[in-house]
Order: sequence, then C-alpha cells, then structure tokens
Amino acid sequence: MSLTAEDVTKIAHLARLGIKDQDRDSYAKDLTKILDLMTQMSELYTNDITPMAHPMEQEQRLRRDIVTELDNREKFQRCAPQIEAGLYLVPKVIE
Amino acid sequence: MEHHPQGHEWEAVIGLEIHTQLATKSKIFSGASTAYGAAPNTQACSVDLGFPGVLPVLNQEAVRMAVLFGTSIEAQIAPYSVFARKNYFYPDLPKGYQISQFELPIIGMGHLDIEVNGINKRIGITRAHLEEDAGKSMHENFHGLTGIDLNRAGTPLLEIVSEPDMRSGKEAVAYMKKLHELVRYLGICDGNMQEGSFRCDANVSVRPKGQQAFGTRTEIKNINSFKFVEKAINHEIERQIELIENGGKVIQETRLYDSVNDETRSMRSKEEANDYRYFPDPDLLPVYISEEFKAQIKSSLPELPDAKKLRFKNQYALDDENATILTSSRQLADYFEAVVKGSDCEAKLCANWVTGDLLGALNKAGLDITDSPINWQNLAGLLIRIADNTISGKIGKQIFESMWLSKGQQTADEIIAAKGLKQITDTGAIETIIDKIIAVNPDQVEQYRSGKDKVFGFFVGQVMKEMQGKANPAEVNRLLKDKLK
Amino acid sequence: MHHKTIVELAKGLRSGEYSSLELTHFFLDRIKQHRQLNAFITVTEELAHQAAKAADIRLAKGDAELLTGIPIAHKDIFCTDGIKTSCASKMLDNFIGPYNATVVEKLNHAGTVMLGKLNMDEFAMGSSNETSYYGIVKNPWDNTAIPGGSSGGSAAAVAARLTVCATGTDTGGSIRQPAAHCGITGLKPTYGRVSRYGMIAYASSLDQGGPMARSAEDAAILLQAMAGFDEKDSTSVDCPVPDYHSALNNALDGLKIGLPKEFFGAGLSNEVAVILELAINEYRKLGAEIKEVSIPNLQYAIPAYYVIAPAECSANLSRFDGVRFGYRCNNPADITDMYTRSRGEGFGKEVKRRILMGTYALSAGYYDAYYLKAQKIRRLISNDFNNAFAEVDVIMGPVTPSPAFAIGEKIDDPVAMYLSDIYTIAINLAGIPAISVPAGFAGTKPVGLQIIGNYFAEDRLLNIAHRYQQVTDWHQQSPKDFG
Repeated sequence: MSLTAEDVTKIAHLARLGIKDQDRDSYAKDLTKILDLMTQMSELYTNDITPMAHPMEQEQRLRRDIVTELDNREKFQRCAPQIEAGLYLVPKVIE
Repeated sequence: MEHHPQGHEWEAVIGLEIHTQLATKSKIFSGASTAYGAAPNTQACSVDLGFPGVLPVLNQEAVRMAVLFGTSIEAQIAPYSVFARKNYFYPDLPKGYQISQFELPIIGMGHLDIEVNGINKRIGITRAHLEEDAGKSMHENFHGLTGIDLNRAGTPLLEIVSEPDMRSGKEAVAYMKKLHELVRYLGICDGNMQEGSFRCDANVSVRPKGQQAFGTRTEIKNINSFKFVEKAINHEIERQIELIENGGKVIQETRLYDSVNDETRSMRSKEEANDYRYFPDPDLLPVYISEEFKAQIKSSLPELPDAKKLRFKNQYALDDENATILTSSRQLADYFEAVVKGSDCEAKLCANWVTGDLLGALNKAGLDITDSPINWQNLAGLLIRIADNTISGKIGKQIFESMWLSKGQQTADEIIAAKGLKQITDTGAIETIIDKIIAVNPDQVEQYRSGKDKVFGFFVGQVMKEMQGKANPAEVNRLLKDKLK
Repeated sequence: MHHKTIVELAKGLRSGEYSSLELTHFFLDRIKQHRQLNAFITVTEELAHQAAKAADIRLAKGDAELLTGIPIAHKDIFCTDGIKTSCASKMLDNFIGPYNATVVEKLNHAGTVMLGKLNMDEFAMGSSNETSYYGIVKNPWDNTAIPGGSSGGSAAAVAARLTVCATGTDTGGSIRQPAAHCGITGLKPTYGRVSRYGMIAYASSLDQGGPMARSAEDAAILLQAMAGFDEKDSTSVDCPVPDYHSALNNALDGLKIGLPKEFFGAGLSNEVAVILELAINEYRKLGAEIKEVSIPNLQYAIPAYYVIAPAECSANLSRFDGVRFGYRCNNPADITDMYTRSRGEGFGKEVKRRILMGTYALSAGYYDAYYLKAQKIRRLISNDFNNAFAEVDVIMGPVTPSPAFAIGEKIDDPVAMYLSDIYTIAINLAGIPAISVPAGFAGTKPVGLQIIGNYFAEDRLLNIAHRYQQVTDWHQQSPKDFG
C-alpha cells in the first residue's frame, strides 16, 4: 500500500494538521513504510475472532445524576488564548 | 401531491431525525449542570471543556430515560451497547469528537402510531441512541470573530431516528407532534423547541409512485417549529419534483429552511462528505442492560397518551375533542382527574371548566397548566359550590376570575363569603322581589300575558339585576312563571 | 543521601537526622548541578520548598506516611494544578492547567515533595526521548546514548539520583524500556490499576501510569500510593489494592517461570541474551522452575499496536486546536487556518506521523482492514498470554533487543524504532502488568530483565523482583558522573 503526497494532503486535512508542501513526500514515504509493516496482519485468519477494545471484560459504571461541578469559569479561562464576555473567541466560522 | 405532466405520480419519502435533550440535572459525562440560561461557560467543567487528561463517566439517569423511551415505543433494548467517537472539527466541539453511539445503539427498532385525517398509521423508529450535545457559536457582536459558549456541551441527547415511512409534510408533523407529546409524557424531555430541547432534521426524497428504490435524499436541518416542518418539507418535495421533471438531478446535500421566504437553501457546500471515522470510545466501557432493569423500567412506565385518551373517553364519557385536549399533556390530564376526584362532580362539568374557562385563561396569559394560578384544589372547590347550588354557574365565572386575579390566594368559599355571593334560594325573598318587579312593569306583564313569551326574559333579567345575580335561576323561573300566570 | 532507599530516608526523617527541607534542597542542588542531562522541563523550587516544610510539620506531629517528605518528580504528562504541564510539546508550552491528575493528588496527599516535571518524548510518542520539544535527555551512563522513552526524563533523573523516585507512563514500553536503558526499576501496572484521570492521553486503552525507582521496594511503596479505584476514570478497576510492601519478602519456592521461545529468537542481541541467562539462573537458585512457553502471535503485536495506538491518539489529540488552551498560531485567516497552523506548528514530526497514521487507519474504507483487524489480533495476543499463564506463574524475557542505541541512530527511521518495541508492546495490548529490573551491563550500558505477570499480579512481580535484588546488586550501581 503506497501513499502519495496527495494522500497525505487529504489525510492531513481530515486531521486539520498543517504539513508543509516540501514535507509531504517524506511523510508519504514514512507512512508507506509503516503501512508495509501492517501487511503482516493479513497473514492471520481472524474471521471468527471478536475484536478486543478493552483488556478486561468490564461494564461501564454509572454515575448518579447530581450536579457536582460549580462555576469555575475564571480558573478555567486563565489559560485561554482569547476570551471576551466569558466566551472563547475564534476566527469567524462560516456556516 | 400529484403531478401528471409525463404521466408520473410522485411519492414523497420522509424520515425524521429528532434530537431530544434529556431532562437530567447534570451532563451525560460530567457533573456540571444542564440548567438553561446560565452565563456563558459557567456550566462547563473541565470534562466538558475537553482539557487534557479528563475522562467521561456515564450518567445513570440518561440511561434510564433512554430505556424508558425505548420501552414506550416497544423497541428492542440492546443488552449491550457501545459509545463511539464521531470525529470532526468545529469550535463548539471541544474534544474534536462527539461521544455518540454508532454500530451498537442502546435502543433498536420500535414504532409510533400517528393519526392523520382520521387514518391511523404506524411509523417505524429505526433506533435511538445516546450522545452528548455540542456547545453554541455566536457569530454576531464579536467584530468578525465567533464566540463559543460551552455550557451546552455535554448535555445528554437522545437521537431518535425514524424509518423513512412518512409520505407527506402532514404525516411528518403528526409524527413529530406525537413524539413531542410522548417525551414530555415520559418526563424525559421538556420539549421546549425555542430553547433547543427538541430539534428536528428531515430527510426528504421523491420517487415515482410504485418504484421500490429510493430517490436521492436531501437533509433539511434544524427546523424548530411544527409549522415550519410541514412547510419546509412540502417546499422541498415540490422543489425536487420540479427539478426532476425539468431534467435535473437531486444532489445529496444539506439544506436550511428559510421561513421568511418559505424556501430551502443549500448550505455552504459539504464537498467532503464528512468522514467521521467512528470507532468505539476507549475511555468508556460497554453499557449492559439487564433483564431485571428492563422489567423495572417497564413497570415504571406511566400511562401513555393513547391509552389515557381511550380511558378518559370510557371512564369519563368524554367526547373525542375533550379527551384529546385533556390528554395533550400529562400535567393537564392529571389536573383534570384531580379536579374530578376532588370535587366529586360530574366529569362533564369538570371537563367544560378545564377546557373552557381554565385553558382559555391560560392560553390568553401564555401560561402552561404547570404555572396555573388556580390549582386543582381551588377549581374543585368552586365546582362543588356550583354543583350544590350555593352559587350559579354565572356567579361561578365571576369567582373564577377573582381567583385568577388573586393568584389562587383565596378559595371559592372565601370569595363567596367575602363578596356575599351566596345564591339566594329563599322562596320568600325571591317572591318579594318578583312582586315588586311585576308591580312596576304593568306593560310588560300585559305583553307577556297576551302571548309575547319573549318578555319572560325581561322579567328574569330584572329580577336577577335586583338580586345582583345571586338568585337561583331555576327558582326564579319557577316562581315568575307562577306569578305571571 | 541520594543513595538511600525510601525506607532509609523515612527513618532518617523520623530520627531527625535530616529534615525534608534539607533533603529537598539537597536534591534541588543536584538537579542544578546536572542540568546537562536535560531530565527536567520544569523545576518547582518554591513549591518543593513549601511542600517540604509542610511535610516536616506532619513528621513532627507523627502524622506522616512512609512517603511523607520524600522528594519525587512527575513525568510532564501528569497535570499539575497551577504548574505547567507541557507533555514535552510546543502545543502545551504555555499550558498551566487548572487541576491535578489523580495520581498527583494521591502522591501529594501522601506528603511527597514534588521537585519538578520530567522530560519525555512528545505526547509520550517515542522510545528514545528524542522527540521532545525541550531537547533530548542524556543517558547518565553514556551521554552519547539515548535514555529510552517515552519516560526518558524520569528514568534518567532516577538513575542520576536527581530525585528519589519518579512517575512514568507506559503505553508500549515507555516505563520499562527507559528503566532498562538507565539501570533502574520500572513497573507498568495492570490496565485500570492506576487512574488515568489527569494523565494526558496518548492511547486510552493502553496507557498506564506507574512507578520508577531504584529498587523494587521503592517501586512498591510508590505504587501503593498511586494505585486504586478512581470514580473519575470509567476504566479504573474497583478492586482492593494489596499491601505491596509486606508481600516483598515472600518465598519463591515453586515459582514457575515461563520463557517464551519467541522472546529468545533471532532479534535478540548476544549481549542481552547472555545477561538474561545469568539473571534467570539466579531464579533457579532461588527455587524457581523454568519452563518454555509460547506467545505464537507475538510478532503481530507491532503492527497491531501501531494501528491501535495511533488511531486512538489521532482522536485524543484533536482537542489541541488552539481554541480553549495551548498553542494558537499568529493571525489565523479563518478557522481552518487556525486549526491547521496551530496543530502544524504545535506538534512535532513523530506526533504528526502518528496522527496521520491513525486518521488513515480509521478512515472510510480502511477501518476493517486496519483498526478492526488490529483489535482482533489484540484478542489473539491476549489469549496467548492467558494460555501461557495457565502453565506458569510469570513470564520472563528481555525488555529491549539490545542496549541503548546511540542518539540519532534511529530517529529518522520510524519503523526501525518501532521494531525495537517488540518485547514490551504485546504486554500493553493484553493489559497485563510487567516490571523491568536491572540485570547487568553490556559494557557501561545497563540491561534490564522483564518480568510479566497475570492481571493484578503486581504484588507477585514486585516480590519476585525484590528477591532478585536481594541476591544481586545491579540496581545499586550508580553511573560514574553521578555518584
């Protein structure tokens, strides 16, 4: 499975990851090498195997429906890049 | 909805995806409050903000509400369901993914029955799943920037997906209204569309009647009123038919309804159909629903609207119209029944007062039954006094008004006493007044006795006026008739 | 003082031989002396000072625990309230978080004195501490060699005695491998044993925080304070924490040790093989029975891991978008530009590689062939370990194929770097615990022995490691510049 610079562009856009034009080829090469590693996986027959998402068979624990977190806005917004009137500001999003 | 230019009859195919905000106190994965209307970002804790290292823990009430819903639509409840990450970038989505459910939703196939023009139809519900809501974006007032409020981020949503079983805007509205009523009945959602607790997206396509294959569908987003749903869908159906008949093709896209111009518009192109890259969320474990829990929920199911309406018709001998009105909300139905029980009066009397006077006043004031200034005890008290002839129905209306204005501070009895409204039934007293009226109106007496029956009303009016409306009307009639003979 | 164990230090603190404040200043001085190691990203001198004073008060009152007053340092992946947590990334260079990780809370509560935050591979992605935004960490034994990663700073700091002990995290070997390369003891607990709340996520179903110290005894004491159920972490396991310290001296008679044949094949360097053989012999002498076992699907652990971990991390790192915290690029033209440039400029190469890999593996059309397949292989590997543990109590083997490689040797060859994880990675996929103990030297470079246990067998592992450390002194060796 060989990836091209164009593939890298597409994937990088999905991940909103800025990749410089001059680096696309090198990322494509690296990813291709990594994907070569993956071809091994197809050697194994796994049709009847259940995928394992967690190491142990555990059940999701449930929380009681009570409010435990109070207004901590000031503390949380101390590390924010841009705030106004309590809102996080970002470049305009066009719908 | 039939067009015949090329001999085609068209059929519309509509499915609705409805997002209901569950009425939990805290968020689905954190302990922050879900209360509406707080100052921006004062109800967004570190988990909701997606700070590095935070983790989600599932709210049990959200699970209970989902299972309750599933039970009420006779759906399959998944014994094992999984949360999945839906990955996309948007500033009101703090983690860059929404925790939702994908392959294994908590609620499977169910159904909801609707009635349109007297005909019943069963609408399939494909699935319902739990997910977290995103925050809100404000695009105005920030000098070219967008302001993000994450209070709403993490509020539990139950996304209810219907089968594409609807065939008209009317059916779609009927389904939406029925679902709206149901979730309020169950107490799992307050159904407030203005506040965004109940949001509807419609998937619309058309096909020549008789064709099995579906046409290309468009999605109409975020319609937040019943009126707009019907208009938006009907408009879209027309648009698609016209497009196809003119040789064009429907493009799969998202459209927004413009209520001002009554049309749907394409949203800024979504050229990259979002690849959400769903995968099971590794921070959460599968949710197991046991048979015991299912049974527990089933036994907690309240009487549903259809069953209640039928019972009201039978138990209270109500006509369809009254039964429908009285069961339109669980709170109203409960109010009515409390009045019936509390007053021990005829159900019909209670129904008339509740649907007429009470609802009339509430609607005028823009209030819901839950905010009624007159509680059921007060209304019951009033009806008891009408039924036992302490007052007439007419005086009753006066008393109702006083109770309303005093915001239920006074009972009917208190008002009757304070204003001396007790009905006069003392025959002697009435006779005295009648004699007086007869004496001063010889011409009218002559007219009545010469056959002008209508004049009777004049006498009744005069007597009532003299007695400030407090005379028992039946008694007045009887005695007058007698005296005027 | 820097050669003393926690128990010895605790004694000294209680006997008044020295105070926590003196101990703390001693270590802070050592840190200053050995800045060239680059083990620390942040040194919290003032805070340490306060914590030491508070600890001394507790000690005077008699209200102290074993760890009270003991200097510690945290891998810069654990959130610390009011103190920068960078994850060794430009993305979080300006991040001063508003809360403590549960592990930090617990250790603060026990009265430890935090000296600072330790260097690591960026976002825990790496095996050599060469991907940090703050520069490489030197191996105290050989400053031309890597210390290992991603907990390179933790391992180097403990080995150089700049701190008594440290916390680390292990997703594919990031505690065990640097422990081996730096000649210290490092344990990766069972998945769910230690809370992940506040531990910046790399691969959520594989990450575990754990102790890194100079001996199994010290590691046991540290683990005791770190472990336990946390209701803020849905994957945290609610089962009691045993007394690790009292289990240390249990006898090893009848212990069945399994040696997987796949661990001792072609990839293993001679130097490491020889050292391991000697180590295993010590166990024979201690009364253990050695058996051959097999982990037939071991080799597939690498591709499976390098699909699963990047997939999970690609989603975990999406929150770093410049909106609410962290790095935001200058003058973004629009929202997409803000995302792409903030993330493009904020993340290093290896992180970007893994995000791309993960995004690809999850994308439409590839999910089944990569992600789903990898999860199935994960099940097979887990089954392999289960089968092995039916026959033996613990499994032993190497930590790394060879001793620490040279700085710069593998950094441009990601696949070569990944392949060196072969002995550690399968353990994370199965979620079982494992410990790395110093077992000898190849020249001047330390070599580690890996002991792997079944779920929640940390007490056994620490016991087995401790008994070995009672009959050997590899763990007591000090790198010559740091004596």
